[in-house]
Amino acid sequence: MARNKEGLVLLIDVSPSMHSVLPEIQKVCSLLIQKKLVYSKYDEVGVVVFGTEDTKNDLTKEVGGYEHITVLQPIKVVDGDLVDVVQQLPRGTVPGDFMDAIVVGIDLLIKKFQETIKGKKRICLITNAMYRIKDPYEGTKEDQVYTLAEQMALHGMKLDCIIYRGNEKRDPHENNVIEENDMLLSIFSKKTEAKAVHVESSTSLLGALRTRNVTPVTTYRGDLEISSTFKIKVWVYKKTAEERFPTLKKYSDKAPSTDKFATHEIKLDYEYKSVQDPSKVVPPEQRIKGYRYGPQVIPISSAELEAVKFRPEKSVKLLGFTNASNIMRHYYMKDVNIFIADPGNKKATIAVSALARAMKEMNKVAILRCVWRQGQANVVIGVLTPNVSDKDNIADSFYFNVLPFAEDVREFQFPSFSNLPASLQLNAEQQEAADKLVMMLDLALAGKEESLRPEFTPNPVLERFYHHLELKSKHPDAAVPPLDESLKRITEPDPEVTSKNKLVIDEFRRHFELKENPKLKKSTRRLLRDKTSGSYENQSTDLVASTSEVKIETFGDLNPVSDFEAIISRRDSPEWVSKAIFGMKNKILDLVENSFEGDNYPKALECLIALRRGCVIEQEPKQFNNFLSHIYRFCQETNLLNFCEFLASKDVTFITKSEAEDSEIEEQDARSLFVKPELKS
Amino acid sequence: MRVASPVKTQIHLREHFPPPPHQTKFSSSLKPPQTASASATAKPFPPNGRRILPSTAGLMDIDPDDVFRDDEDDAENDPLQERQSSKELVVFLVDASPKMFNITCPGEDRENASHFHVAVSCVAQSIKIQIINRPYDEIAICFFNTREKKNLQDLNGVYVFNVAEREHLDSLTARFIKEFDRVEESFSKVIGSEYGIIPGSRDNSLYNALWVAQALLRKGSAKTAEKRILLLTNEDDPFGSIKGVTKLDMTRTTLQRAKDAQDLGITIELLPLSSPNEEFNVSLFYADLIGLDGDELAQFMPLAGERFEDMNKQLRKRMFKKRRVRRISFMIAGGLSIELNTYALIRPTVPAKVTWLDSVTNLPLKAERSLICADTGAIVKDPIKRFQTYKNEDITFTIDELSEIKRVSTGNLRLLGFKPLSCLKDYHNLKPPLFVCPSDEEVMGSTCIFIALHRSMIRLKRFAVAFYGSSSRPQLVGLIAQEEIIDSGGQIEPPGMHMIYLPYSDDIRPIEELHADNSGVPSATDDQIQKAAALVKRVDLKDFSVCQFSNPVLQSHYALVQAMALDEDEMPEIVDETLPDEEGMARPGIAKALEEFKICVYGENYDEEDEKAAHAKAGKKRKQFTEEAVNKGAYYDWGKLADDGKLKDLTVQELKYYLTANKLTVAGKKEALISRILTHMGK
Repeated sequence: MARNKEGLVLLIDVSPSMHSVLPEIQKVCSLLIQKKLVYSKYDEVGVVVFGTEDTKNDLTKEVGGYEHITVLQPIKVVDGDLVDVVQQLPRGTVPGDFMDAIVVGIDLLIKKFQETIKGKKRICLITNAMYRIKDPYEGTKEDQVYTLAEQMALHGMKLDCIIYRGNEKRDPHENNVIEENDMLLSIFSKKTEAKAVHVESSTSLLGALRTRNVTPVTTYRGDLEISSTFKIKVWVYKKTAEERFPTLKKYSDKAPSTDKFATHEIKLDYEYKSVQDPSKVVPPEQRIKGYRYGPQVIPISSAELEAVKFRPEKSVKLLGFTNASNIMRHYYMKDVNIFIADPGNKKATIAVSALARAMKEMNKVAILRCVWRQGQANVVIGVLTPNVSDKDNIADSFYFNVLPFAEDVREFQFPSFSNLPASLQLNAEQQEAADKLVMMLDLALAGKEESLRPEFTPNPVLERFYHHLELKSKHPDAAVPPLDESLKRITEPDPEVTSKNKLVIDEFRRHFELKENPKLKKSTRRLLRDKTSGSYENQSTDLVASTSEVKIETFGDLNPVSDFEAIISRRDSPEWVSKAIFGMKNKILDLVENSFEGDNYPKALECLIALRRGCVIEQEPKQFNNFLSHIYRFCQETNLLNFCEFLASKDVTFITKSEAEDSEIEEQDARSLFVKPELKS
Repeated sequence: MRVASPVKTQIHLREHFPPPPHQTKFSSSLKPPQTASASATAKPFPPNGRRILPSTAGLMDIDPDDVFRDDEDDAENDPLQERQSSKELVVFLVDASPKMFNITCPGEDRENASHFHVAVSCVAQSIKIQIINRPYDEIAICFFNTREKKNLQDLNGVYVFNVAEREHLDSLTARFIKEFDRVEESFSKVIGSEYGIIPGSRDNSLYNALWVAQALLRKGSAKTAEKRILLLTNEDDPFGSIKGVTKLDMTRTTLQRAKDAQDLGITIELLPLSSPNEEFNVSLFYADLIGLDGDELAQFMPLAGERFEDMNKQLRKRMFKKRRVRRISFMIAGGLSIELNTYALIRPTVPAKVTWLDSVTNLPLKAERSLICADTGAIVKDPIKRFQTYKNEDITFTIDELSEIKRVSTGNLRLLGFKPLSCLKDYHNLKPPLFVCPSDEEVMGSTCIFIALHRSMIRLKRFAVAFYGSSSRPQLVGLIAQEEIIDSGGQIEPPGMHMIYLPYSDDIRPIEELHADNSGVPSATDDQIQKAAALVKRVDLKDFSVCQFSNPVLQSHYALVQAMALDEDEMPEIVDETLPDEEGMARPGIAKALEEFKICVYGENYDEEDEKAAHAKAGKKRKQFTEEAVNKGAYYDWGKLADDGKLKDLTVQELKYYLTANKLTVAGKKEALISRILTHMGK
C-alpha cells in the first residue's frame, strides 16, 4: 500500500496578481488532498506559499535570503488539517519569486525523504510567473536553472508547473518578463521530468492539476505481430479510463451508538431457493447453469461449457491496414489504449516510429486482433491510429480503439434529410444563419486557449461530491453545495460568449419557427414538470409558452376562474383545452407558492375546483389527477403542508372512474392522497 | 499501382450472407446479434420446451432491448421516457405466388435466388435473432397464394406454418426455427404455390391472408403488446388480372379489411421486393392499404437492391422496429430548444445471463439477496444511506443527496459551442456513442433547425460541444454530424449526429510522458519510414468495413445453447473470422515488403540477439534470487518449525525462501504455501 506513496510539495504563488484565482487554487488543492485521503492516505504533502509579507522557511535561517516564502505546512501524511490549510491560503502582498520557491521545495523534499521514494517525489508549482526573478549571486539565471534541474533529476523529483494567465492586456515590459520566465521554466523539462501547462481560465485551472495519482499498469506486454515472422515488442496501457464516482458502502445503523468499533457495513448474502418450495435452499453444488433460448432455459453443465469454450491465445496480431476514412469516429466503443514500444528496446522504438510516421503520412490506420491475457475468454478487434510525437524526449506511439462486432451494431433505417417534404426544406437565409451560429459560438478561438478542452476540464460531479464530503465531515447535516461559477462553465453556456454573440443568436432564432404540436395533449404535462422541477432556467417552456400564449387571454389575477372557463370553452381550436389547463395549473402553483400564511389558499382552492370541473367536462381526468398528486408532493417538499390539510378539509378529491371514464382512480381511492399523512402522524 | 489485398478476400462478405439451408448445419450458421439480458431471476420457466403461458410472460417481461438501452440511464426516473409496450406480436405474411418464384436476383456464389428464397431466408434470419433478443415476442408465419390451405378459418390460399406443440401465434422455439430453415425443401410438396386471385373466381387470397393474420393477432391486448403484420411480396398490383366491377369490389373489400385491422391497433408494414426491370410501384395499390399519403409516399423507399445480399440487408433493417432510448430536448441558445430522439445503435453484446437451475429437477431457482448488518448480524431492509470513510469517520449520504450531487444540470442537452473537428482527438472516448436525430413530435420545427446545424457543421468541419445532463451520469459530449451514406445495400450511415462522451481531465492519463527520456529517443529515418509505407501499402484491407466480423465468443456460445436445445450430439465447429490471413501474408509481394522493413529496422540477425539477451538477463536475476533464498533459508530450522506448527507465524516472504531453495512453486495463499512445505518435507 504504502509502496507507492508519493511525497508532494505544493508551491503556490499568492502574490497580489494571483488573488483573483486563489479561490480556484484552494478548491483544486483541497480536492487533491481529499482524493489522497480517500484513495492514497499514506501520501505525504507539504504546502509552501510565496509572495507573502512574512518569511518562514529553513533556508532563510540556514543560509539567508529566500524572503517572502512561507512554509505553511511541512511535509506530513495527509489529514484533515491539510485540507483546512489549503482552503485558507493567505493573500500575499509582495511579488513572489518562483525560483526561490522551487529551491525551498527541493530542500523540503530532500530533508524529508533523502534518497528514498525515488521517482515519487513531486513538486507542483502554481504561479502566473509574471514577476522578474532575482539574479543569482553567481552565474546566469539559466545556469542556476540547469543546476537545479540536475539536482532534481539526481533525486528523482518531478516538477509540474501550472502557469495561469488570464487574457488581460499586458504592457511590453511585462511581456519581456513573461518570456524570460517561460524560457527558464522550459529548461526544467530538458533536464528532468518536468511539465509546464499554461491555462487561461479558472475552469481549466481546476482541470489542470491532476488530482488523482493512478499508477499506470500495462494491459499487455509482448509482441505486436505484424506477421508470423515479424514482431515488435510493445507495451499497452490505458490512455483514458473513467474516474468513477466513489462506490459508497451501504450503511447499517443497527449497531448501538456506544459501539466505537462498529463498522456499519452491510454484507450481502445470496441464497438460491427452489421456486416450488421457497423454504428449501439449494446448495451451490446442486446448481447448474441455464441459458435462455426463446421460451426455454437450457441447462448446460460446466463440463460441457468448458469443452466448447472459446479460448484464444494471448497475442496481438495485425489484420491489415486501411484508409483512415473507412473507420468513422462513432465506431469507437470504449475507453482508449495506448501502444508504446518496449521502453528499453531501441529497435522496437524505431519500428513503431517508422510505422506510425508512414501511417500518418498515408492517412492509414491498422486493424488489430487482440487477446491481452492468457485465458481471456474474448477477443477484441480494434483500430490503431498513429500518434506522432513532436518532442525529442517522447517516443512515437499509437492509440488503440475497440471496434464493434457485427452483433454489436443495430441497423435502423432513418429518414433521409435530402428528400424531405417542401415544408421542411431550408432556404438560403436559414442556412446562412446556421453557418454564422456554428462559426461564432466558437470554443477554439485563434490565439486563445481552447475552451473546455477535455485535458483541462474537471469533472463537475466529482468536484461537487468531494466538496460536499468535506462539508459533511464538519457538519453532518450540510446541504449539497451549489455548483460554483467555474464549474458552471462546463454545464452551461458561457454568458460572456452568449452575450457577445447575441445578434447572431437572435438572427438564428428569427429564421426558424418552433411551435408546440397541437395534436399532442400530453405535452402539457411535460412542460409543467419542467417548470416546477427546480431552479434551472426553463427556456424551452418559456419559448413554447410564449409563442402559444400570444393570442390567448392571459390569466388575470383578479378572476382566474372565469378566464379559465372562457378559454377552455373556446371551440375554434382543439388546443384551447390543453392551454387552459396548462395555464390554470401554473396559476394555482403561483398562488400556493406566493401565499403568505395561507392568504391565497381560498383563491387557489377556487381555481382548483374550477380546474377539476373543467377536467371532468372535457374528460381529462389524468390531467387533474396528476396535477393534484403533483401539487401535493410539491407542498410536502416545500413545507407547505398546511395547504394539503386545507385541501383535505375542503374535500378536494381525485376525479374517479365514475366521473370520467379514462380515470384510473376507483371510487374508494378518491381520497387516498390525503390518507397517508394521517397515518404518519 | 495495383495493390493486392489478400486479407480482404478472406474476411469479406461473410456477414450478410445467410447460409443456404440445405447445406449448412443449422447451428453453425447462427448469427445471434444481440443477447437478451432477460431476467436471471425470472419466474418459473419450465425447462425443455414446455411453453409458458402468455399471461405470465407479460409480467416477467423485462424489456429484452435493455442491452441496447443506454445502460446508465434509468428509465423510471425520466418523465420523458415513454413506456413502450415491450412485447411484440408479429405475423409474417409471405407471398408464395408463382411470381415470387419466377423473379430472381443474382446471388452470391449461387446462380440466382428467387424472391421467395430472399423472403424466406430473411424471415429465418430474423427469427433467429429474435429468439435470442426478444424471447417473449410471439410470431406466426403465414404463406399466401398457396395451393394447400391451413388456417383456423379454413380460407383458401393461406397456409400457416407451424410445428407441433405450438400455437399458431406463439413464442419461438428451437424446433420451429429448425423446421422453418427447411421449409423451402419441401415447399412444393407440402404447401405449393398457386395464384390465389384469378379472373372468374371471387377468391381473394390477399384478403384471406389479412383476415387470418388479424384473427391470429386477436390474442393479447393492444395495450400490453405491439401488433404488427409484415407483408413480403413482389406483386405491386395484386388485382391486376381482374377487370371491371369485380376489381373495384375486391380492392375495396381488401382495403376495408386492412383498415379494420389497423383500427384494432395492428400496424401493417410492407416489405416490397422489386427487380431491376420492374420496380415495385407502391402507389398502384399498397399505398392505400398501408395508409401512405403525400409526403410519406414520397419518402417511402422501395427496395432498390439488385443483388440478393443487398435486398437481404434492407429487409432485415426494416423487420426490426426502431426503438429510441429516449426523447431529449436540445437547448441551443437564447431560449431556443428543439426536440431530439436518441438511439443506441452500437452497444457491446455479451452472452446472455445465467439462469441458475436445480440440477435435480432442472427447474429455475430464485435468487434471494439478503442484507446483513456486519456488526450485529441482523437482517437489514434496503438501507437508505451510503457511507464513505473519510478522515477516519463514516460520512453518510442519503440517496437523495447523492442524486442531488449528480444533478448538475437539467436532464437536457445544452449546447456550449463549436470546435473544429481537429480538436477531437482519437483518445477522447469513453463509451459507445448515442445517435441523435430530430423529431417534430412535440416541438414542430425541430427537424428544420437540426438539419440547418447539421449541414453547417459538415460544411465547416466542426463539431458541437454540449453538456448532457442525464440523471445518473452527466457528461460533457461532442456531437459529430454524420452525413447519410447510401450504397446498393441501402442506407449505410443514417443522417444525424453521434454523441461522443468526452473524458474529463482526470480520465486522461499522460502515458506518453511516463517513459520520456531526456537523452532523446530514437526516431525512424526516412528510409525506414519509406519501407514501412511500402508495407502499409501492400497489406491493405481495401474494402474493410467496421463490424464485418462476428464475435467468435458469442457464436460459439449460442451454437452450444442451440445444439443443446435441439438435443444434437454434434458440437458445431465455429470459424474464428478474426484471425489474420496467414496465407495472404505469405504471398511474395507482402513477404518481401515485410522482410525489407524488418531488416531495415532490426538489422540482419536481430531475433537471436534479442532472445539471448532477454534470457541471459532473466536467468541472471533468477539465479541471484535463488542464491539469496538458499542463504536466507538456511537461518531457519524448518523441521522444528513444522513440527511445532510455527510455520504459520512466518511471513509469506520467509516461507518463500524454503520454496525457492527447494525449487517449488511459490504461488498461492499462505495456507497453500505451508501445506506445500509440509508435503515436501513428507509431513
